[in-house]
Amino acid sequence: MSAEPPPSPGSWTARIREAGVRALPPDKLLPDGQPTYVASWIYVFGVLSLASLVVIVLSGSILALKGPAWWHYTSVGHFFNSIHLWAVELFFFVMVVHLWGKYWMAAWRGGRARVWMTGAVVFLVAVPTALTGYVSQQNFDAQWISTQAKDGLNSVGVGAFFNVTNFGQMYSWHILLLPIAVVALVTAHVLLVRKHGVVPPFDLEERRAALAATDSPGGGAGR
Amino acid sequence: MATSTIVAAVFNLNRPAHTVDWHFIHLSVANVIVIGLMLLVFVLAILLPFPGSRRRETAR
Repeated sequence: MSAEPPPSPGSWTARIREAGVRALPPDKLLPDGQPTYVASWIYVFGVLSLASLVVIVLSGSILALKGPAWWHYTSVGHFFNSIHLWAVELFFFVMVVHLWGKYWMAAWRGGRARVWMTGAVVFLVAVPTALTGYVSQQNFDAQWISTQAKDGLNSVGVGAFFNVTNFGQMYSWHILLLPIAVVALVTAHVLLVRKHGVVPPFDLEERRAALAATDSPGGGAGR
Repeated sequence: MATSTIVAAVFNLNRPAHTVDWHFIHLSVANVIVIGLMLLVFVLAILLPFPGSRRRETAR
């Protein structure tokens, strides 16, 4: 019944909201169209990486709920274990193709340095996320990988606090710490892509720059 | 059980893995195949036309 309280522009929640809307207006956050140049297969691999990540998180959540005995000794558990493994294989496959595509189109152009950097860091953080998963399987494969990896990690001096033969520690890293880092970085990466837009091809950027020079007053002089 | 028997008949796992060695590079054949597939998919993604892209070009 009572009227809504008057807006308080000085409050920190209002400031955060306004900064958020300024950085990412709704039409940028959830656009209903993309530039014409996005109609190419090379632009598909980012969203394929996201789709794989969703399958990884969902299948991993089910595996975490049920535990090692379930994924080893029941057919349904074995099935979800395989889904999780192959979604990871696919994730790395499409993420590498996405990375190659963005590298060769210099996707850091036009103020997109943070987009590139968050993407590269996601790749680097995804590697130990996968490694801790392989050593958490609780089978001979895990035993082999962990005993091989420990020599490498010991040689660089991190084995004392990151012990790949310690299942409890590796499982915690695999299902909590590293996934939080990957999902947070992927969220930041996608929001930055939405903010800056998909990087245009080289020739299109040059044409736009030439058009802007022609349109601006006196821009055509000296050409 | 039957599936694993068939797979084991096709891929003999009771021997050391095949590897590709060149100077310090030491890769399993399985990894070389995956890297080759990634390169192939990358090239195809650049060369193959995207469905509807020609129509959009014409409409512009």
